[in-house]
Amino acid sequence: MPINPKDIEWVEEPAMNFWESTYLPAVFDGLRTTGQHVADFHPVTEFYPEQKPNLPSHYRGVHRLNRDDKGRVKCVACMMCATACPARCIDIVAQDAPKDDPHWADRDKFPKSFVIDELKCIYCGMCEEACPVDSIELTNIFDLTGMTRQEMMFDKEKLLSVFDQTKDTVGNPIRTHKGKLGHASDFTDLHTLGPATTVRADDRSAKANSAGVIE
Amino acid sequence: MPTVIVNNKPVEIGSSEKLNCIQAAERAGDTIPSYCWHHDLSVVASCRMCLVEVGEKKPDGTIAMQPKLSPGCQTPVKDGTVIVSNSEKVLAAQKATLEYLLLNHPLDCPVCDQAGECGLQDYSYNYGRGYSRLQEPKNIKPDKDYIGDQITLFTDRCIMCTRCVRFTREISGTAEMQVVSRGTHEEIDIFPGEPCNNKLAGNVVDLCPVGALCSKDFLYKQRVWWLKSKNSVCPGCSTGCSITVDQNEDVLYRLKPRENPQAQGSFMCDEGRFGWKYVQSDRRLTTPEQQSAGKTISKDWDVVLSSLTTTLADLSDQKKSGTFVVAISPWATVEEAYLLARFAKDVNPNARLAIGPVRTVGEDDLYPKDIHGRPSLPTKFTIRAEKCPNRRGVEAVLNHFQGEVVPFSSVLQEIDSGSVEALFVLGGDPEGWISDADAAKLDKLKLLVVQDLLASPASGKAHFVLPGAAWAEKEGTFVNHNGLAQAIHRGLRGPEGSRPDGRILFELSGRSGLFHAASLRREIASEIPELAALGVGDLGEFGVSLSSTSKTEPQPVG
Repeated sequence: MPINPKDIEWVEEPAMNFWESTYLPAVFDGLRTTGQHVADFHPVTEFYPEQKPNLPSHYRGVHRLNRDDKGRVKCVACMMCATACPARCIDIVAQDAPKDDPHWADRDKFPKSFVIDELKCIYCGMCEEACPVDSIELTNIFDLTGMTRQEMMFDKEKLLSVFDQTKDTVGNPIRTHKGKLGHASDFTDLHTLGPATTVRADDRSAKANSAGVIE
Repeated sequence: MPTVIVNNKPVEIGSSEKLNCIQAAERAGDTIPSYCWHHDLSVVASCRMCLVEVGEKKPDGTIAMQPKLSPGCQTPVKDGTVIVSNSEKVLAAQKATLEYLLLNHPLDCPVCDQAGECGLQDYSYNYGRGYSRLQEPKNIKPDKDYIGDQITLFTDRCIMCTRCVRFTREISGTAEMQVVSRGTHEEIDIFPGEPCNNKLAGNVVDLCPVGALCSKDFLYKQRVWWLKSKNSVCPGCSTGCSITVDQNEDVLYRLKPRENPQAQGSFMCDEGRFGWKYVQSDRRLTTPEQQSAGKTISKDWDVVLSSLTTTLADLSDQKKSGTFVVAISPWATVEEAYLLARFAKDVNPNARLAIGPVRTVGEDDLYPKDIHGRPSLPTKFTIRAEKCPNRRGVEAVLNHFQGEVVPFSSVLQEIDSGSVEALFVLGGDPEGWISDADAAKLDKLKLLVVQDLLASPASGKAHFVLPGAAWAEKEGTFVNHNGLAQAIHRGLRGPEGSRPDGRILFELSGRSGLFHAASLRREIASEIPELAALGVGDLGEFGVSLSSTSKTEPQPVG
């Protein structure tokens, strides 16, 4: 549809006066800004790599796979991270935990292989959020390099070694349930879960402090 | 007609139908949640999930409701039955039931294989509370070490619906599973030393509404939300069980039975359920080949197909009957049999059409079994001795083109006597259709074309090898023992280099366009009176019986 000429408003450039037409005021205005910067010296250049940047604790760098209190990989291979991953860079092969091994007695499933393609990853942190057992976390290691693509495929051992390397460093705390599995596989000491849905105002039993008691 | 009133909606049911409240509500479009009830098993009303308000509309128009809730699965409906499944009282009961079911259920959904298709998850979301008020430790029972070769039991996840117990008692009749102990110690177990290894054992995994019974074959292979399903038909025997093919990224992971009252009911046998591994076999043929005097001339589809066309065109000069034989395996679809039979008759009107070897193993295996392992009546499931999916369909095509069906054994005799010069075999039987001794006879042939799934003694001798597709990788029609024509769909792509058989034969016939099963079905129906029922094109979810003569208008295909 053509534009109605009535809707068009023509704006004319204002005419320049004598001094403006010499361009001198604009030149001096520019020189003034330059002069201010020369006098006011605040360097922003960082001397990387001699001087490491001070990253915030929520910085999203290389992944790590956390260990539980027995030193096993905390991951239960539920593949939630692989499902959530928008870059599809996580590849997990699950295996049932060896039944006769007391070391694995309380576990059903664990990752036989866990590979993250660090080159495909967009470091969005969705895997960290999806993880129900707080196993996968992003560290603030940002300077990862490799000579081949294969080197950048981080497997389970490498991701666990990132955990060993970063667990005690400043800025890389183990964020939740230190050393323990999350709710999902905590059979013996299961916490009462908070309401996942909104509780209706008239549901008095839901708001009770202890079970079976309705105030 | 008796009328049932479900949530203020009147629903008419058949006068001779025996329905319970759950089924009547389904007719009205309402869902009454249930765990223990299954339409093929007996009613126990133990899970209490289907509690509804039931009443009766008196002839004078008044409605009398029963004061307490009744289990919908156990309450039959009749004319004037009133069912209320959405009142405050019912919703509160559903919430309470779910809270009790979840008291001791471990929330290990992340590691549970059922997550994503779990009745407990779905109902908790739809009817449940969303949180637990239990502050005591859960009652966790240890998992069973071994209950069968194909199934595994996570006792802690069980909600004691006893579907598996009733299945082994009523459908397989083998009764391996039982409930042991009482009250809070109640659990499912096998009799000591009597594992659940009957041929229908895999069905208890499908029946289990939670993740207690899992298939060892599928355990931890994939999360179910990654799987993509296509409707298909099990090719394991001539029963033709309706199934779904579940794959992810062109890797087949499992087959599940799909309910089809016309075919097999709700179940399938373990032979079919786990017998598809040849689809991913290393022995799959993946390169087309043209061989001459032990030397490979070409491995390119275009070259092989065009030189095969010219080679076969030379056969048209031989007017002698019986020198060109085409053997079509009962594993081929109706469409492939039709395309090949038609092509052979076009090339040489004297070509002889034979059916490939029809493999039978033992006798029909009827379930349920009695205590001595003998089948008892009424039969609820049959594993047929005829281990091929489409003998009837192929025979119908051969009968039309030639008036008789030549068995493969007589073809072998003719080859041995030297009267056959050229043989085109359309294979597909994964168990192998020819022995080494029989394959030796094929040396006498001047031309041998083998279109098959797996490498066989014959494919080594063939002048032309055409790698075909497995049943899960192609579109087509299988006709089961009962004359039920069901559509199979392309669930996944085959290995690189192989092609769906229908496409190969379509190109070989020199037809223009693309292989399209529904259009071909219509063409077949108009030409072969015995297969006129295929004229509907789209066979739908449940298939079409060949004996149905009703002329249906061809539907547009999308």
